[in-house]
Amino acid sequence: MEWVNAIVQGILLGGLYALFAAGLSLMFGIMRFVNLAHGDFIVAAAFGTLLFVDATGVNPLWALLPIVPIMMVAGYVGQRLVLNRLSGKDILPSILVTFGLSIILQNLMLEQFSADSQRVSAGTLDTSAISLGAGLTVGTVPFLLFVSAIVVIAVLNWIFAKTAIGRQLRATSDDPETVGLMGLDKRHLFGIAMALASAVVAVAGVLLAIKTNFDPAAGPIRLLFAFEAVIIGGLGSLWGTLLGGVILGVAQGLGAQIDPGMQILAGHIVFLVILVLRPQGLFPKKRGS
Amino acid sequence: MSIQNWARFGLLILVVAILVSGPYWASRGTMRLLIEVFYFLALAQLWNLLAGYSGLISVGQQAFVGLGGYAMFSLAMFAGVPILFALPLAGVLTALIAWPTAFVAFRLSGPYFAIGTWVIAEVYRLVFAQIPALGGGSGISLPAGLVKAMASGRSARESLTYWIALAIMLVVVLGIWILMRSRVGLSLSALRDNEEAAVSVGVRTRSLKFVIYIATAGMTGLIGALIFVQKLRITPEAAFSVTDWSVLVIFIVVIGGIGTLEGPILGCILFFVLREYLADLGAWYMIILGTISVVIMLVEPRGLWGLILRWRNITLFPATRRI
Amino acid sequence: MTHLLEARSLDAFYGDFQALFDVDFHLDQGESAALIGANGAGKTTFLKVLTGLLPVPGQALSLEGVDLSNLGTHQIAALGISMSPEGRRLFPSLSVRENLQIGASVKRSGPWTLDRVQELFPILAEKAGTPSTLLSGGQQQMVAIGRALMANPKLLLLDEVSLGLAPVIVRDIYETLPRIREQGTSVILVEQDIGQAVAVSDRLYCLQEGRISLEGKSSELGRDAISAAYFGRAKEAS
Repeated sequence: MEWVNAIVQGILLGGLYALFAAGLSLMFGIMRFVNLAHGDFIVAAAFGTLLFVDATGVNPLWALLPIVPIMMVAGYVGQRLVLNRLSGKDILPSILVTFGLSIILQNLMLEQFSADSQRVSAGTLDTSAISLGAGLTVGTVPFLLFVSAIVVIAVLNWIFAKTAIGRQLRATSDDPETVGLMGLDKRHLFGIAMALASAVVAVAGVLLAIKTNFDPAAGPIRLLFAFEAVIIGGLGSLWGTLLGGVILGVAQGLGAQIDPGMQILAGHIVFLVILVLRPQGLFPKKRGS
Repeated sequence: MSIQNWARFGLLILVVAILVSGPYWASRGTMRLLIEVFYFLALAQLWNLLAGYSGLISVGQQAFVGLGGYAMFSLAMFAGVPILFALPLAGVLTALIAWPTAFVAFRLSGPYFAIGTWVIAEVYRLVFAQIPALGGGSGISLPAGLVKAMASGRSARESLTYWIALAIMLVVVLGIWILMRSRVGLSLSALRDNEEAAVSVGVRTRSLKFVIYIATAGMTGLIGALIFVQKLRITPEAAFSVTDWSVLVIFIVVIGGIGTLEGPILGCILFFVLREYLADLGAWYMIILGTISVVIMLVEPRGLWGLILRWRNITLFPATRRI
Repeated sequence: MTHLLEARSLDAFYGDFQALFDVDFHLDQGESAALIGANGAGKTTFLKVLTGLLPVPGQALSLEGVDLSNLGTHQIAALGISMSPEGRRLFPSLSVRENLQIGASVKRSGPWTLDRVQELFPILAEKAGTPSTLLSGGQQQMVAIGRALMANPKLLLLDEVSLGLAPVIVRDIYETLPRIREQGTSVILVEQDIGQAVAVSDRLYCLQEGRISLEGKSSELGRDAISAAYFGRAKEAS
């Protein structure tokens, strides 16, 4: 039963990892851009939640209301002002700039908040539980996380499939040059893509704040988890990323069962094995040529 | 040789002579500082070889620093190898472990390669934290007896360590210089500029990248071995620290100038000067370093040396490449 | 008189490499002009200049008197130039219908709607939901042209429509050209197939190593003159 429980917890944790990964996947899919500060932005959103809750005293889920729009605007502006200058053949500047940003962000948060580990309480949600039948109960928060991941991914997929802007973003990921011929400004579209990714990062950050302890240095490991979920799941498919997150979560859960110190290592090892045996990931999306 | 070449050669000889005679004029504190300068410069040049010349951007070199350190401690403590022999042997062992590591890492490319190398370093850190014989998460210390066996008398040991560090630094810098002037260097430049085109003209890019990666790993391991001999104690946190062995090294290269031999030298000097004055600022020190790096990449990707080149076209080490 | 499109003494560079030398070109409202020349002569380069894909800052290039030389691609598209690019360059992640829809992003009003384009090329209605790159070459070419039409352009550029297609398919596609021109659209077509180029155009330009080597009314230019201009041989005394 313990093992079943570990697996279920792992699946739910996978939802959080999928949220971490979705933003990364989006940025890479549309702009071929990897933000090494990705994890740190998630942690920044978590600290934002902390500030919000300290100031207003309401349930942290309300933090989504200010934080998501703020990060979307910041993402759009950041992309147009700074990151658009980095797009081009050479990946070196974008890797190094975002790497520098990561360090700056971590240390700014350290200055502001100290190195203490934080967590935000969601009130009664923290300890309440939901019964899934067959004698299985799960915490409300982990369950909420998993459902959120599904909702976010479903919404993203709907945007891409059914809306004009989604169509334009898909076209941009195919061929940014030809997109210009359609009368669309790719600098603006990149900004929109970053705004969308930032929205997902914001949601991930708020939920992180509720789910687990975090501190200013917690960003990089989240980047690694996001990256592992994307690679395991395969590039190009958000549902694949969800499954990647779930596999990572389950691997970690099983690892923790063997030995608490093995939790993260187990995830890394599963990732490396999949990377070696099936580098394209488990569910890569094939593109038409 | 032209006047320029004579001047360059003379300058080099002068600098080397001053450095070699270090133990005779430098205080203990200065020697320790210089040792640090030497190994950071060596690490910076090696990272620059990977990222600036070969297009392999690694955020995981700390894996090899740590492996070298642990290999060194294991050889000295469990295999009874005298430290002086354990050092180069640790480098060789690191290179051997780098071989399968490269095989895994090269499944990825570009920014995903960068993150992948980081994951691999984390794996090594977590694995070593699980090995009881090596002290697990708390690490182990080098027994005093082994250290004393290096040379008789503390100042002799310190001079020895100093010369070893200097030798490593010179081998790395001059080695990379010679490499970049050779055919291999030309192939690397081609690889860095446009891998597809390089392949189409017959550059064996895959084997080239492999060899460079493994050789760099070995040298990095050697440096790691030296670093931890000097520290006398190794823990997984310190051995595989991304901040110490990647972040600072990357900042040094980026600020000084990526893709040139002079850049890391300039960056290293600047780094130590900044550290002298800013280290008290704690987190702000890192924020400042980070900001300078970001601004440099946005404004003059060739770094401070690139700015100098704009003003005056000097070359200390001919065979530099332009970004 | 103001031409619809005018380029005067146009030079174009890829970095240090000069691809176009002193090109004079004009097109009037409702006209169609063919641009022919050997591979590498600069035909596609010229179209890239017109669409803003290759910037020519400060040079004499205008559409209805509006200076194009400092505008970005998306701005030029908004002014009314649209292109079916060389190699079609459809969006693989989009279906046929979606490729057509995205062509209308520029939101210009005019006769071309999804229905009208599908009337022109019925196969596109049939295959509306299919991923665009799963179609045959000829069908993909129709999508590319349809996509360009959806922008209701004043000036339609057709780059190498015949590339890789069987002659019978090329003929079918060009047979739709009169219906396109009926709506008032002016056309510049780049063509390898000289016969086709002469047949469907009012005027003809020939590029040879980046320079205009011949210009004239398609009906009046003889085969010899065209060959000479194409290959750069001096005109033979007859």
